[in-house]
Amino acid sequence: MINFISALPGAVSQGLIWGIMAIGVYITYKILDIADLTVDGSFCTGGAAFVMLYGNGVNIWLALLAALLAGMLAGLATGILHTACGIPAILAGILTQLGLWSINLAIMGMKANVAINVTDKENLDGLLVSLRFVQDVAKGVRPFYRHPILVVGLFTAAMIGILYWFFGTELGAALRATGANPNMARAQGINTDTGKVLGLVISNGMVALSGALLSQYQSFADSSMGKGAIVIGLAAVIIGQVVFGKIFRNFAFKLLAVSLGAIIYYVVIQAVVSLSNINTNYLKLISAVIVAVFLTIPYWKGKYFTKTTHKGGTVHA
Amino acid sequence: MLEIKEIWKTFNAGTVNEKQALRGVSLTLNEGDFCTVIGGNGAGKSTMLNAVAGTWAVDSGTISIGGVNVTHLPEHKRAKYIGRVFQDPMMGTAPSMQIIENLALAARRGQRRGLKWSITKEEKVRYQEMLQGLDLGLEDRLSSKVGLLSGGQRQALTLLMASLKRPRLLLLDEHTAALDPKTAAKVLDLSDRIVSESGLTTMMVTHNMRDAIQHGNRLIMMYNGRIAIDVSGEEKKKLTVHQLLDLFSKVSGSNEADDKLLLS
Repeated sequence: MINFISALPGAVSQGLIWGIMAIGVYITYKILDIADLTVDGSFCTGGAAFVMLYGNGVNIWLALLAALLAGMLAGLATGILHTACGIPAILAGILTQLGLWSINLAIMGMKANVAINVTDKENLDGLLVSLRFVQDVAKGVRPFYRHPILVVGLFTAAMIGILYWFFGTELGAALRATGANPNMARAQGINTDTGKVLGLVISNGMVALSGALLSQYQSFADSSMGKGAIVIGLAAVIIGQVVFGKIFRNFAFKLLAVSLGAIIYYVVIQAVVSLSNINTNYLKLISAVIVAVFLTIPYWKGKYFTKTTHKGGTVHA
Repeated sequence: MLEIKEIWKTFNAGTVNEKQALRGVSLTLNEGDFCTVIGGNGAGKSTMLNAVAGTWAVDSGTISIGGVNVTHLPEHKRAKYIGRVFQDPMMGTAPSMQIIENLALAARRGQRRGLKWSITKEEKVRYQEMLQGLDLGLEDRLSSKVGLLSGGQRQALTLLMASLKRPRLLLLDEHTAALDPKTAAKVLDLSDRIVSESGLTTMMVTHNMRDAIQHGNRLIMMYNGRIAIDVSGEEKKKLTVHQLLDLFSKVSGSNEADDKLLLS
């Protein structure tokens, strides 16, 4: 139990970082109605691009920007495969993801993982977030505002703010219409292909940014860091919806719910790891089961637990 | 206003399901014409409308709207000139978006969509007044999701959206077919009102011969991918359902089509 409580700040920090990726997944899955599997690759692309640039002395903000752009390019590739080449969205995502596996390795100089040298104090202090900061703040060696929960929390708030603004603009509304009803969108003069590509670009940009933050946090990037990212993203989206769906109606709060969903997910995983002696290799299985359960709940609720109403009169079958 | 020249369209060419849907259709509508289109199932009515709207490209022939050749323009670019209401009430609106958001999207048909806020304050007042005019009780529900509306309400809203930004051409594709008779009559009345108020050039496909005769100043009947009958002016005003059936028998050279038309 003590184990679990002491691990809690770390779990929340990780949840927040993955929450940014989950918000990216929300854009494609919920707004565009596309299950985009590119994210498993673009998450690592962001991490790899960041670690390589930062490790070579590039300014941290520039490195983050580069990671964001790299992710956007990945989204663009999937978007073009889907719209211009007519490949079904899921398959287009899988193709990009597969291609990214090689590209990610190439970015990392054909190594399966690359670390940031955090024994170098200057290197470590330059980072925005790090696993080490969680302990440092607890010990009092670092000021409280360097705590990853606070830093990533601010990042998340900024992201939600920008997306709230964007989806309120004419262009953003056109994008929402593209996902809600493509027939209507085209009849209103909206280019639905452009809308889909733009959505995929924005989404994967956020996913890569999240990957860059995670690689910072754990101080390394590794070629399999994005494995199952889509499942974690979906888990966060669905948990957020199931838990907060009734209270959060506003778009900004819906995005917040996704981030909170990711935190809940990581806290639950942490609880499982801390409170039982489970081999961590089972985590992926647990993730898959959690997502399957949360996807099933709303479906069964609608199917088996809705009260049938009889509007007066007798029913003769 | 609308000029269709010799358009042909074959679906599933070269397969057993090959269907020549349009076989050299030519039609010219003048500014302000309200043309009703009838015909049996598979006669090519909706196909002709979809050809004009640009749902897919025609095999040959040209289509121009207000002097602009749109034959090779994709659907979303033609939308600049065209307002549309579909047969399926689900098709014309975005269910997960608010009434006001749907209207604001329609108000920007044919315009570049940038990073300006999607709904202005003035619009809100304007839409409220417009919805009041519909008399469907929607004026106080501007921020309700369209998915919560009934089929009739959705068609009325779609109609409003199609005409919000004055289209060069209004296409109504059996837009009352999925509604109950009372609601259908109401939506049809509303269509009449909107068309006459703004003098819109309109094409309305219908299955109902009486509606086709009662509305508009021109009537065409399609048969087998061609325009078989074209009546306008005084002649159309005097037309009865029986005359129309007789006329059709003559053109098609058979009586069996009568039942097909009446029953479909």
